[in-house]
Amino acid sequence: MKLSGWGRFPQAECAVVRPRDVAGVESALARNAGGLIARGNGRAYGDSALNPAQTLDMRGLDRVLAFDEQTGQVVAEAGVLLADLIELFLPRGWFPSVTPGTKFVSLGGAIASDVHGKNHHKHGSFGAFVDWIDVLGSDGVIRRASRDEEAELFGWTVGGMGLTGVILRAALRLTRVQTGWIKQTMRPAPDLATAMALFEQAQDATYSVGWIDCLASGAATGRSLVMLGEHATLSDLTEKQHADRWVEKSRGKKSVPLDFPSFALNSLSVKAFNTLYYANGRRQAGASLIDYDSYFYPLDAILEWNRIYGRTGFAQFQCVIPLKASHAGLTAMLGEIARSGQGSFLAVLKRMGAQDSPFSFPMEGYTLALDFPMRQQTPGLFAELEAIAIDHGGRFYLAKDSLLTPERLRLSDPRVKAFTQMREASGAAARFRSLQSERLAL
Amino acid sequence: MTQSVLIIGARSDIGIAAARAFAAKGYAVQLAARNAPALADDRKDLIARYGAQVSLHEVDALDLSSHEAFVAGLPVLPGVVVCTVGFMGEQKQNETSLAEMARVMRSNFEGPASLFTVLANKMVARGSGTLVGISSVAGERGRAANYVYGSAKAGFTAFLSGLRNRLAKDKTGVHVVTVLPGFVRTAMTQGLDLPAKLTAEPAEVGNAIFKAVEKGKDVIYVRPVWQGIMLAIRKIPEFQFKKMSI
Repeated sequence: MKLSGWGRFPQAECAVVRPRDVAGVESALARNAGGLIARGNGRAYGDSALNPAQTLDMRGLDRVLAFDEQTGQVVAEAGVLLADLIELFLPRGWFPSVTPGTKFVSLGGAIASDVHGKNHHKHGSFGAFVDWIDVLGSDGVIRRASRDEEAELFGWTVGGMGLTGVILRAALRLTRVQTGWIKQTMRPAPDLATAMALFEQAQDATYSVGWIDCLASGAATGRSLVMLGEHATLSDLTEKQHADRWVEKSRGKKSVPLDFPSFALNSLSVKAFNTLYYANGRRQAGASLIDYDSYFYPLDAILEWNRIYGRTGFAQFQCVIPLKASHAGLTAMLGEIARSGQGSFLAVLKRMGAQDSPFSFPMEGYTLALDFPMRQQTPGLFAELEAIAIDHGGRFYLAKDSLLTPERLRLSDPRVKAFTQMREASGAAARFRSLQSERLAL
Repeated sequence: MTQSVLIIGARSDIGIAAARAFAAKGYAVQLAARNAPALADDRKDLIARYGAQVSLHEVDALDLSSHEAFVAGLPVLPGVVVCTVGFMGEQKQNETSLAEMARVMRSNFEGPASLFTVLANKMVARGSGTLVGISSVAGERGRAANYVYGSAKAGFTAFLSGLRNRLAKDKTGVHVVTVLPGFVRTAMTQGLDLPAKLTAEPAEVGNAIFKAVEKGKDVIYVRPVWQGIMLAIRKIPEFQFKKMSI
């Protein structure tokens, strides 16, 4: 069947197998000769979870196997969604310790991409809260990997893009919360330096994220709205919110009914939107109390928002630049984007904390993420942005990538060599492959 | 008293989805399938998710002689029974192998009808209960692509309709629900290019089943769009229909 990532570019005709249990995954691997890749809920943007020869749809393995009310540790199969975990465990007082900008990611996908959230500067990435994983290797053996046992496999698999084996189950620690509400503080920043200063001052905030206007130029380059957040306690809630402590009253979902025609998003409409959005944010500066869905997952409220980019899809660019070079690197990239006039309104700036992982994306510095509709000139723009990122010591987020080349990946990340050596030595290279791993020669 | 639901064919995606929908509402769950020990993780799942009371039961829909004993062996006669037993087979094989053809017919029609006969009679004796049969839109008109499966489902749909009539007419307190899921993203449809608007997630089917039981519905299409589609397909004159490939 025809599959793509969330960006709807590229698309590929893939033979899909949907096992219902571990035995089904084992037999799929045993029967497979040319290599396969596991796929969760298809939220990686590019070709990370596509393999024309065989793609394993892991959504059939979505059992929650155990939950410890004392420690908040949940043991579940890889196909469970974060949305399922929130629905089940938030009313019992637990929330994912790390969550990306959509709750529709699978547990296996979140581990394979080692996703990060708005608390990365404080709590690290998703993998920091994974106690162990069960991985089916190329030899057909299931290994339980943790920081103590099979530590090397654990390290490579967290952030390993499904290329070490099939993640079957995991133990994940949730965080205790008193409510499903978030205390948000909105701070407007008229330029990049102010935005970065706000992030640096907010190191103690649990959550911080910035929306950045990537089309603003000149003195306004990098103007942003920085949003800080804390889990609200019971005493923070109004009476009305108190009655809906866990935010269970359902809100209607809007969805994008049709593919937007590609002219709907042009530099003028985006520029107009950004100007209005920034002005609106400035008016709303200060503190407010909002539900977790609106704070963490504003785009999830619009199901299939990826269709606003039209049939040709879009590509997302996300890099992280080390702290020392962040200001210079971001300024250069924003200049390039403004010049191209191609930026989108979904651009995110975030301060990341230190992280030392074998192959995960995050490192201490600033990460910039933004979408570009897939057009003829898009690959060229990406090449420019990638060159700037590489010049400033940055690297790229494979869960978002669809355009990187093997050369530029290696220039950006010296860890690639050890990763590919591990893949060859363990036999994983022959069995676990995606269009992305082939494109990047991983 | 705790309400209870029996899921027959619990190793299917729809069976598990139905079990979750009922467990979420506090029902005790009886999971029945061939090779019931393989349901151990599904039992854990229902406990971890909803703190449900769960028991596992061995049943072979094709072994009619075992059905009385199977029902007698349940911890309690359940209030609700959902039967998701079904088997599509490969149409090409069903066209040439009589054994395969018979297996498809028996799995979709004879087996479920036999189980429902035993259960219906017990429920009538008690004076209450709901039987939910998962049939198929494929049973609404025989098509070249899957007419063996479709004809068996047509038989099951007619059986459910007749059973509902019998039980309602005599005011037995027992109700029958026919569920026509349309396309569902399950192991049975893996790898098929299904149109998104017509394709339900298993959880959607599970919730629709629960709602249909709660509201005492007779026949439901999980996605309403299917009602119109099947109406149109039934209206095509046979002399045209026979030449079409749909």
